[in-house]
Amino acid sequence: MNIHIKNGRLIDPKNNIDARQDVYIVDRRVASVGKAPPGFAADQTIDASGLIVMPGLMDVAARLREPGYEYKATLESEMTAAVAGGVTSLACPPDTDPPLDEPGLVEMLKYRARSLNQARVFPVGALTYGLKGAELTEMNELTEAGCKAFSQADAPLTDTRVLLRAMQYAATFGYRVWLRPQDSFLAKNGVAHDGEVAARLGLPPVPVIAETIALATALQLARETGVILHICRVSSTAAVDMIRAAKLEGLKVTCDVSMNHVHLTEMDIGYFDANCHLVPPLRGLRDKAGLRAGLLDGTIDAVCSNHSPVDDDAKQLPFAEAEAGATGLELLLPLVLKWAEQECVPLLDALAHVTIKPAQLLGQKMGHLTVGAHADICIFDPKASWKIEPAALRSQGKNTPFNGYEMQGRVRYTLLDGQIVFQQ
Amino acid sequence: MNNPQLNKNGELQHLLSTEGLPVDIVRDILDKAATFVDVSDGREIKKVPLLHGKSVFNVFFENSTRTRTTFEIAAKRLSADVVNLNIGSSSTSKGETLLDTVDNLCAMHADMFVVRHAQSGASHFIARHVAPNVHVINAGDGRHAHPTQALLDMYTIRHYKKEFHNLRVAIVGDVLHSRVARSQIHALTTLGVPEVRVIAPKTLLPTMVENLGVRVYHDMNEGLRDADVILMLRLQNERMQGAALPSAQEYFKYYGLTEEKLAHARPDAIVMHPGPMNRGVEIDSGVADGKHSVILPQVTFGIAVRMAVMSILAGVKV
Repeated sequence: MNIHIKNGRLIDPKNNIDARQDVYIVDRRVASVGKAPPGFAADQTIDASGLIVMPGLMDVAARLREPGYEYKATLESEMTAAVAGGVTSLACPPDTDPPLDEPGLVEMLKYRARSLNQARVFPVGALTYGLKGAELTEMNELTEAGCKAFSQADAPLTDTRVLLRAMQYAATFGYRVWLRPQDSFLAKNGVAHDGEVAARLGLPPVPVIAETIALATALQLARETGVILHICRVSSTAAVDMIRAAKLEGLKVTCDVSMNHVHLTEMDIGYFDANCHLVPPLRGLRDKAGLRAGLLDGTIDAVCSNHSPVDDDAKQLPFAEAEAGATGLELLLPLVLKWAEQECVPLLDALAHVTIKPAQLLGQKMGHLTVGAHADICIFDPKASWKIEPAALRSQGKNTPFNGYEMQGRVRYTLLDGQIVFQQ
Repeated sequence: MNNPQLNKNGELQHLLSTEGLPVDIVRDILDKAATFVDVSDGREIKKVPLLHGKSVFNVFFENSTRTRTTFEIAAKRLSADVVNLNIGSSSTSKGETLLDTVDNLCAMHADMFVVRHAQSGASHFIARHVAPNVHVINAGDGRHAHPTQALLDMYTIRHYKKEFHNLRVAIVGDVLHSRVARSQIHALTTLGVPEVRVIAPKTLLPTMVENLGVRVYHDMNEGLRDADVILMLRLQNERMQGAALPSAQEYFKYYGLTEEKLAHARPDAIVMHPGPMNRGVEIDSGVADGKHSVILPQVTFGIAVRMAVMSILAGVKV
């Protein structure tokens, strides 16, 4: 089918395009940008007047909760949420039940996702069996099954020797290792940033050093092994500074930040708002500023939703007992737009953090609208304002710390592989 | 952000924390408590009918005989019907959620919940979910707050020292894990105490404790110098050895209140303790029973303060 997207403002960070240009799709791929290809006849025309046309978003951390936690969310509900948020590709962490440590599980997930035909799913395989931090998984088999990287998700890996071996093994084959740095002893039982709010509210703390000590170990091991390392959900200024230095040094390291941490701080916990019980914890104002500086100077590569749908019962508990996590797939784009507006970042730069940069750190040739690329496209109205109301979210997880926030920017069309999969 | 303790007219709806409690309400509670001290003290019949026909539920998710008993006595002296529930040993172990427990108790037409829970913020959580006519009193939530304890401490201080604006108050011990200390700090600063000190080793202090408005001392003699009021904290048994402290003996040597250390405070200093005391760990017996100690009057005032809180919450004009 041939599709003509006309009159839109095309923003394609990879190709450095921010201009009024039409996009022509032939056979599920971008056939031309600007001028119609010879002999093009549109079967369908999308009038994108007043709208922005961009590559579909790529979210490097979205929990779909399958297999094992279908009461929290299902592939159907979360894929619907993804495309409603303009997200056409997502990487899902391995902390399912059972964890993604067997090729069969990965194949099943890929198969289920493909049959839904909504967003592309890039599974991140477990680095160790059962995420127990003891034995390495069959990384070759898992890669053949479709894993794009290996991670412990939020499970601890306390044995440094195992981590060294895991990195050596991954480096042997050029596989990517994704780690969220946290020293599990320093973070034990902790539920909030070790700062003023935790002191006041008497919440067990997670100090910044829990992040930086584990990060120092990870960077040192990366230096030793030469592994391609990605640091997930960086939360503190100190960690951003360390990654900046590591990049300058020439280490193959990338990192991402969750949208929650770009906008919120420990102060948002207020009077024990369990929606702000997140992993890693929301940190102080200076950390938020440090994360934003890291985005501006390119130290932080990707912005993700850290989408973690939680069922209502698990949130209806006192702060520390409430399960950590928040929904995010549908909020990623408007929250990136909000940050860009607040910091006066040109959209061309801002949107790179959710398109080409995450694609690169996943090793995928995607996240752009070059001629010949898959036509994964998000078309949104930058002027449309809306209020976040949990009941209106498509995700099965309704909990968000942004409940009631006024947002600007609403997705109108999402195309996956040249087909309209969402429209409103 | 609305203060969850106040209703839209700015009146006390729940007592959850001393933080954010308007000074007028604090004074009101202390003044009202003074009238109840007489009820408890001098009268033949120790009862007033202010809460007649009201039901007070003591909902304890964490065991505490002492605190529960003082609330029970307070409620009974106000002529309320009192129901004691030790939830720790029943519903939750059968798998009932906290919300279901709260809903069930509301359905039994409780007027007031007195709640103790091991998690910080549990009382806030319950207060958010109860029926609008139900009042919640926090009787201790995790490390967060124990407002009636702090208020009875304020009552005791006012009783002996009259004013707050000229005092030096030292809080000694495990501030990190103490809901009492947090509530005391907020109450003292609300009432205008110019100098609040905390004295403890670094392992027993929260990060950024200075931001609560206190001065930090690690040397007890220095911290006690010229203090008017000394608030001792209880050291939980499980903290006495491990990564926070090497031993109870070593703790006593450096942070236990003895006559020698007390000599650094003002000659008319008063010594307080929320109980139950660990004699020989945080306080020497000679001091606990000595002339500076007002630990037993604290207990007596505690009942009057809890009566005051309950009657104010019930909207009773005295």
